Amino acid sequence: MQQAPLLLSFAILAGTFGVYAGLFVSNQHHFLTPFEGQSIVNTAVPLVFAAVGQTVVVLTRGLDLSVGGVMALTNTIVASNMHSSTGSMVAWSLIGLAIGAGAGLVNGCLIAFGRLQPILVTLATLSIYSGLAIKVLPEPGGSIPIEYTKFMANVNGPWGLIYVAGLLLVWFVFRRTPFGVAVYAIGNDQAAARASGIKVRLVKVGAYVFAGTLFSAGALFFSATTLGGDATAFDPFILTSIAAVVLGGISFFGGRGSAVGAVAGAFALTLVTPLLFQANVNQLYTDAFQGLFLVLAVVLAGLVGRLVSART
Amino acid sequence: MTERTVQTTLDGSEPRTSRAIEASGVSKHFGGVQALHSASFSADFGEVHALVGENGAGKSTMIKILSAVLAPDEGALRIKGVEVSLASPLEARRLGVGTVFQELTLLPWMTVAENLLLGNEPVGPTRLIRRRQLPARADEILEGYGVEGIDPLELVASLPLAQRQTIEIVRTLLRDPEILFLDEPTSALGEREVEWLFGLVRGLRERGRCIIFTSHRWGEVVNIADRITVFRNGEFVTTREHMGEAEAVTLMTGRTIERMYPELPRPAQDADVALEVRDLRGTRVDGVSFQLRRGEILGVGGLAGQGQRDLFMTLFAARRPSGGEISVGGKRVRLRKPQDAIDARLGIALVPEDRKSEGLMLPLSVRDNLSLVVLSRVSAGGIVRRLRENRMVGRMVERLQIRTRRVAVQEVGTLSGGNQQKVLIGRWLLAEPDIMLLYDITRGVDVGTKHDIYQLMVELIGEGKALLFYSSDTEEMAHVCHRVLIMREGRIACELAADEIDAERLVAAALKEHAAV
Repeated sequence: MQQAPLLLSFAILAGTFGVYAGLFVSNQHHFLTPFEGQSIVNTAVPLVFAAVGQTVVVLTRGLDLSVGGVMALTNTIVASNMHSSTGSMVAWSLIGLAIGAGAGLVNGCLIAFGRLQPILVTLATLSIYSGLAIKVLPEPGGSIPIEYTKFMANVNGPWGLIYVAGLLLVWFVFRRTPFGVAVYAIGNDQAAARASGIKVRLVKVGAYVFAGTLFSAGALFFSATTLGGDATAFDPFILTSIAAVVLGGISFFGGRGSAVGAVAGAFALTLVTPLLFQANVNQLYTDAFQGLFLVLAVVLAGLVGRLVSART
Repeated sequence: MTERTVQTTLDGSEPRTSRAIEASGVSKHFGGVQALHSASFSADFGEVHALVGENGAGKSTMIKILSAVLAPDEGALRIKGVEVSLASPLEARRLGVGTVFQELTLLPWMTVAENLLLGNEPVGPTRLIRRRQLPARADEILEGYGVEGIDPLELVASLPLAQRQTIEIVRTLLRDPEILFLDEPTSALGEREVEWLFGLVRGLRERGRCIIFTSHRWGEVVNIADRITVFRNGEFVTTREHMGEAEAVTLMTGRTIERMYPELPRPAQDADVALEVRDLRGTRVDGVSFQLRRGEILGVGGLAGQGQRDLFMTLFAARRPSGGEISVGGKRVRLRKPQDAIDARLGIALVPEDRKSEGLMLPLSVRDNLSLVVLSRVSAGGIVRRLRENRMVGRMVERLQIRTRRVAVQEVGTLSGGNQQKVLIGRWLLAEPDIMLLYDITRGVDVGTKHDIYQLMVELIGEGKALLFYSSDTEEMAHVCHRVLIMREGRIACELAADEIDAERLVAAALKEHAAV
């Protein structure tokens, strides 16, 4: 019964995929090719990383709106500096991750030590990080070496799934560390966690640092697939990362849910755009339909939740 | 004060000083409220030390300071004879202090096993936590402490209060503290669990540990405490080895209470039946029938968790019955939601025990909390008439002697527990119900307030109201009820009439019926 929200997020993913595949087959008269698979996975991976990062923060009963800014800053800096030598690619990848960690550190310290509301802090830092990104790259541009793209996102198939698998591995390790336990404990009841000897402020900072690093990892993959930098390309991630968390069945009251659900949620959200395309819906309405999709999913989750609790 | 010289050897090596923990001249204020005023307290190894006083006397604050959850404004702390300044609960724990707090510190959406082993999880060679081993380890621990019937994979949120308290206690004992604080550990426990806890406490005392506990039940204090310390209004009053109940009440309240329990006037033989229940069925309520007359206090007893709470909730329409009849004033009624019970001239009110989660809105004022149910009566055209409201609320504050500075401004959350409970009772009194369902309303409430509540109950039956009463305190149950129904697994197992009620018979009846299964 405790797994109900998780199962539901997978049911939503399966349902969305089923509708998409059905429309695709009836339109194209053949099944999905590796190209569609690769395209969907490559679009999904940055959101998957952002959603898992957002999950960690939401589990502490927080919220990170700065995800768009962190990703933009990582993307613009990397796209402005990376060269095609292996050394440069490795170095700038690590620097990219460090940018995310640093941005998370700022968020976390303001929230934990400044005792400020997460939503206020990250709304402010969203503007700051986005502003810095525009300073770095006022116009879309820069360049990502093709070798980096080949390594990160092989065009011949859904290689991005390897990163998703790696991310899930990181998640399962995280769940089995004292840090992971502490993140859940804080979301359950901060005062109780403190009384149980958990260093609440330190763990909170850690959660934002972890999240920031994951945001940047998503941004690196995004950079590799788009081949350049664009400071304005990441605003959608703010809402979609939160939406994926909702679809993943993670409680906004903290302490409940799994990033595995958020991964499923991220894929389901990513599928909405190609699904609408196959259904011949004007691209302009994509946002509206995504919103509708979200409302339906949440209502469904509520209904299932009530059914489950009525039976026990 | 007697100075003890019990030399104890904890690990067989060198003897320790007998003084386990000591606080002197400790003050603490919250906003404008002075919770502790230069208070002192000390306890020794090898003793069970009871800390008693009214709600708001500063017992919990003192315990929190000694456990390093709160920092004192001034004063000195000594643990095992060494002066310490405690920076965090972790540090207190390292010095051998373990505390079961009054507000539970369990994590609700985590399993029993995760809670028990928090910070002490089994790890593999890679230092990663072995989550699969958690349930088995938790089972071992629970078994070791003689706890039965708790599934380690259950979420804590879905456990009844008594089991949560049990886990809380086990979790603290696991760390094998030398100095153990138990802040009102028994208020959430049933008879059997209290016996279980006292068995453990006696074992710890034999091993030379220091146990400090608080309780509002005098019977428990006498039962287990070696010494008793009284606090009043944030100040230390006295520490003694022996103390009579009447004397203790006087020391705690600063007033003399002649007799704790009131004289109950008998209901008239021909009094109207206010509430009749026939074969009521529902969640954990299995074919309950009884009559409640005007002017009568009917107790619902039995072991904890035998469906008493469910019965109250069903009568208040907070739960739907699956069958049976409820008649009010001779007329059969159908209740769908609590609003039906309150309105429709039925006049049923439920005063719950958990004032924080089921009753009061702590950040709102005393006035707003009191007038909540009867706002429509003081409103005209959808606008609340403040003047009428204030007058009505003012009368109730006076009647119940609620100690508040400014009715319209003071947040209920800043009142002491006893006064909070009075506000909750007052809210439902304003609704002028004929039938009041009083569910464990004296839990965690101090003696002075208890006394006031008993007086009020006698007043209410004098006015012809009918009261259905449940209490986790058997002694109290025996003294304030005309009749008692003993519940077992959702059924009425037997009924005790007025002349056969005393605490021992109540417990015997509850246990006997249980053993007969």
